[in-house]
Amino acid sequence: MGSRIEILNEAGFRSDGRRQHELRDLNIDLSRHGEADGSALISHGLTQVLVSVHGPREAKMRSHTFHDRANINVEVTVASFSTGERRKRLRGDKRILEFAATIKATFEPVIRTSLYPRSQIDIYIQVLQQDGGTLQTCINGTTLALINAGIPMTDFVCAISGGVHSTSPMLDLTTLEENDIPHVTVAVMPKAKKVVLVTMETRLHVDRFEEILNLARDAGSILHREMKEAVLNRSISLVSTAGPAQLREKGEDDMNVDY
Amino acid sequence: MVEITIRKRPRSEAVVTQRKFFKKTAKGKVIKVLRERYLRDDIACGIKSCSTCSVSCTPVSNDISEAPSDAHSSFPDGHFLLPDTNVFLSQMDLLESPLFNPPILLLQTVVEEVRHRSLPLYNRLKALMTVDDKLIWLFYNEYHSQTAIVRNEDESPNDRNDRGKSFVALWLCFRFQLFFVGIRKAAAWYQEHIGLNRPPVRGKPQAKIPTVVLLTEDAANRQKSKQEGIVSLSVRNYVEGLRDPSQILDLLAAEKDEEIEPTRASGRQLHYPEYLPTSTVLAGIKAGQLHQGHFNANQYNYLEGSASVPTFDQHILLIGRENMNRATNGDVVAVEIFPESEWKAPADEVLDQDSTLKNDDVEGSGDEDEGEPDIVGEKESKALASEKRSTKRQPTGRVVGVIKRNWRPYVCHIDSSSLTSSNSTSLSVQTVFATPVSRLLPRIRLRTRQAPLLLGQKILVSIDRWEVTSRYPEGHFVRALGKVESKEAEQESLLLEFDVPYRPFGKAILDCLPKEGEQWVVPPKSDISPEWKQREDLRELNICSIDPPGCQDIDDALHARPLPNGNIEAGVHIADVSHFVYADTAMDHEAASRGTTVYLVDKRIDMLPALLGTNLCSLRPFVERLAFSAIWELSPDADIVNVRFTKSVIASKAAFTYEEAQVRKDDPNQNDDITASIRLLNSLAGKLKAKRMAAGALNLASPEVKIHLDSSESSDPIDVEQKEMRETNSLVEEFMLLANISVAGKIQETFPQTAVLRRHLPPPKTNFEKLQDILLKRKGLNLDVSTSGDLAASLDKCIDPTEPAFNTLVRIMATRCMLSAEYFSSGSVSKDTFGHYGLASPIYTHFTSPIRRYADVLAHRQLSAAIGYAPLHPSLHSKPHVERVLDVVNRRHRMAQMASRASVEFYVGLALKGREERAKASNSGEIIEEAFVIRTFRNGLGVFINSLGIEGLVTFKKDMQFDAENYNVVIQPSGVEPVTISVFDKVKVRLEVEKDKNTQRGRVKMTLASPLDSRNM
Repeated sequence: MGSRIEILNEAGFRSDGRRQHELRDLNIDLSRHGEADGSALISHGLTQVLVSVHGPREAKMRSHTFHDRANINVEVTVASFSTGERRKRLRGDKRILEFAATIKATFEPVIRTSLYPRSQIDIYIQVLQQDGGTLQTCINGTTLALINAGIPMTDFVCAISGGVHSTSPMLDLTTLEENDIPHVTVAVMPKAKKVVLVTMETRLHVDRFEEILNLARDAGSILHREMKEAVLNRSISLVSTAGPAQLREKGEDDMNVDY
Repeated sequence: MVEITIRKRPRSEAVVTQRKFFKKTAKGKVIKVLRERYLRDDIACGIKSCSTCSVSCTPVSNDISEAPSDAHSSFPDGHFLLPDTNVFLSQMDLLESPLFNPPILLLQTVVEEVRHRSLPLYNRLKALMTVDDKLIWLFYNEYHSQTAIVRNEDESPNDRNDRGKSFVALWLCFRFQLFFVGIRKAAAWYQEHIGLNRPPVRGKPQAKIPTVVLLTEDAANRQKSKQEGIVSLSVRNYVEGLRDPSQILDLLAAEKDEEIEPTRASGRQLHYPEYLPTSTVLAGIKAGQLHQGHFNANQYNYLEGSASVPTFDQHILLIGRENMNRATNGDVVAVEIFPESEWKAPADEVLDQDSTLKNDDVEGSGDEDEGEPDIVGEKESKALASEKRSTKRQPTGRVVGVIKRNWRPYVCHIDSSSLTSSNSTSLSVQTVFATPVSRLLPRIRLRTRQAPLLLGQKILVSIDRWEVTSRYPEGHFVRALGKVESKEAEQESLLLEFDVPYRPFGKAILDCLPKEGEQWVVPPKSDISPEWKQREDLRELNICSIDPPGCQDIDDALHARPLPNGNIEAGVHIADVSHFVYADTAMDHEAASRGTTVYLVDKRIDMLPALLGTNLCSLRPFVERLAFSAIWELSPDADIVNVRFTKSVIASKAAFTYEEAQVRKDDPNQNDDITASIRLLNSLAGKLKAKRMAAGALNLASPEVKIHLDSSESSDPIDVEQKEMRETNSLVEEFMLLANISVAGKIQETFPQTAVLRRHLPPPKTNFEKLQDILLKRKGLNLDVSTSGDLAASLDKCIDPTEPAFNTLVRIMATRCMLSAEYFSSGSVSKDTFGHYGLASPIYTHFTSPIRRYADVLAHRQLSAAIGYAPLHPSLHSKPHVERVLDVVNRRHRMAQMASRASVEFYVGLALKGREERAKASNSGEIIEEAFVIRTFRNGLGVFINSLGIEGLVTFKKDMQFDAENYNVVIQPSGVEPVTISVFDKVKVRLEVEKDKNTQRGRVKMTLASPLDSRNM
């Protein structure tokens, strides 16, 4: 047998003390980072990602622009210290390029690019620490950074990974779990109730797929609640520092209209 | 919708909730690993009547309540036990005993530690947790916010200095430190927790607070917990305070030399060299200086063993006690090879441990310092020196370390001569020898209070350890099995010895059976009934089954009929077990762990509950049954035109024995459809067999005898006879092979990674060298072993015109040179090793006996997925899972074969005894049987008695003239012409059953009756 660590023990605990449907600790920091127009530092458990959004701005190269909409450019860098084993990943790494393309494809239909013709939106993603669910963290972080930058979107995009151990579905996998069981990452638009991304690199039995997909959709709305709260808190603190206290007790109503 | 939540992990508590350690990979890279854990408050303590823990997320096993106040003298307020890991590692027998059942709080840390240290013990622990009458609560202390602890860096400052040297060692040390602190903390929490829940109520006497007792064998841990105010005891101290300790005390494993006075210990003589440290051994193996292999004891000579290591073709000989260095049969050992000048040939003498060591003192083996000469040692070295070894030399070596012990409980007898007092009322502790039933094992020394009661009984003994200062391993008594030679005790000991699970099926398993029980029938045909979904209706076909007489679990049936186009349709119908045994149910797990049905002479230990095996799945005649059918269209020359597989419903028209079917086929007056079907099948089988033989299949032989029982009730054996082979046996066999091969091809094609297949590797040529040499020298015959076809052809030529049984003998000996067939998952070995050597088939599986073999059940599931009948259970998609299951099945299969053989042997002994008594009563003299010599020794002959299917040993008291090169012994009794006896000679042996004085067990003694009488030699 492979690892000696039990993925799911008889009492229903996973190796880190969570139960099947419990997600890892979600931490969101939306404070300003450098020059970026919007940024988000997000961590799911021990996976941590910093996303900076620049733009919409004029494209550096004309050839990269479209006359009717904005071009989205996603660049991902993985810190060499992000995994246990130090490994230098170059920017031209095929896997990373594919990873960036996945994220780009996820956000293209969500961002209202037609509002900014002939311009470019740059999304720079830095993976600081990895412990499973890197893609989901990147997507969630990108959503928040875009919102932080004030770029109009039709909805949140909330991503979550799920897997199946024998017959029991689990959510939000760690590296340990990802190495051992088939898993899938699902990104949903919680308001529109649409699935924007389903991706998997392992083989998952077709009978289990529907179950895990439904579960991931439900988990998406839980994440949505958490992410929305972070955005609200950020706005409240911004408003309170910005100027005269005309702050209404509840800013939430407005937010609900927008998102 | 399930509840999905986000668990919060406060950053401020990162010290507790994050763990950082370094790990060294197999390639030698050092990796930093960071893990988090989520601490929770909803983990229940498991104590009944606990109010604070009422909301629990732990699935409810049984809550436990404290031990009654009178259970233990030191704890009048009741108590709970909290055992440390070392208790499980050393005292598992105690914990498993039904006499010992105090409430136990089992910590997750302990369970994990046990798992790291020993997988077999972990499995026993897991089994223990499910036993109903044990009070065990598994507490997940690592996930509980109160009991989770932090590794303290200052705890091991020394280790920190070592960090540069070995990250791995450091990590382990940390874990260890961590571990002990953890257990103590949990104990303290429990004590506090219990106190909280029973607040004193005014006016009433203060409620009694039960004590939590930390049970540990580690004195340092005990001391530390005492400082922290935790009650902690050693197992022995605890057991002594129990109400009725005497029986339980025997179950305790032998302790490390605590009681031995230092003065004596210092003068102890070392019998064995110390083992090398593990790291040295591992480095040595890696560097090629040491060799790793399985230790095999020699059953003829207890002072010699061998180890098979991959680097040498030949076995490494280990001669003498010092060189075998405390290895027991089956251990994985590290061997150092001696220089070539010291290589020797294996001994050609028989050395029996019982006779040589008859007078060894049990208490002794350490008393030499008192001036007594070491009698045993001298005797043994004499025995070794006197051995004259032939010139053919083999590498020799010595054991320098044991990598993995293969210890298990052994069935033993108490050696009556080692008892100091046989007064049956004496309850004093005595040290006695227990002699294992198996000749491959050394005697075991154990201390017991019940010695006189155990005389003449079979008992189960575990080995605890084997010190350098002790000639014998030390063990402890587990339980008594019953009187020697009583059928129950013999049967149970046999099952234990071969590790056959024989407990009755539990409730959870029986609950998986259809609710209708015996009344279950195939429902009437309709489109809506799930049974009929995608099933073919084959009830009209003339299907019949052919089995041995008395067969209850009929798992195959056959039919054949001519087709209009001149071809023939033949069908094999196998019981549809997978319809009743679903994957991942209690019944499925049980069947997987049993692996196979075990057939003993008078008992069958089923793999599946009898309701399925002998009724619902059994393809009995005249009832409708569900089946899985393989149907071929064969040309008249028995070439496969096409094949299809389908689930079906059949109604067998007849159940024949081989004999009945044969008679029916040969009777020209019978011309009904069924007889025609049998004839058709028979003609096809003949052609199939001819094709198989032409492809190079082997016709192997193993000694098979049949025991006639008096009646089914008394099960007293009357006589022994050899099994007969009829044409119809071969008929059934051919079609089963055909079905298995066809199915193997289909599932391998559909599931290239996980198909359950069976293979038989070609034997290494060296295995045959000795047999080839004997055949050439003795009979002038050549054995060509280059391919299976050549071997088959040359085996056919091994004929002695005067001796028809000779060919069978050679076949039996050739079979022993081969490897055994095994199950495997198709993705785990390379495709060119799929072949089945004996059958000369490129691919093979087992499909035809799902009632009695688990591999067949898996093949059924895979085939039914392959034909799109049902989706395959995810576990069968996973290669590691399939490999794991098949490993178990392979082992069980091997053990089951050995158990049946041993059972036959036991009954042959009983039958001989019966025959001897009858012979004595009628005064007709003694039992004399013809036998072949199969091995020659300096002081004895190994013989094989074909008519009884047993092997035996004829020993002479003195050495004879022995010629190892030509495999013969010259026996020269005084005053008579010398007689030469060689391998393959036919002799007559006299069989007597004599009682072993020690064990009271009958054993067959053989002496030569012809060409000369060896009774006085």
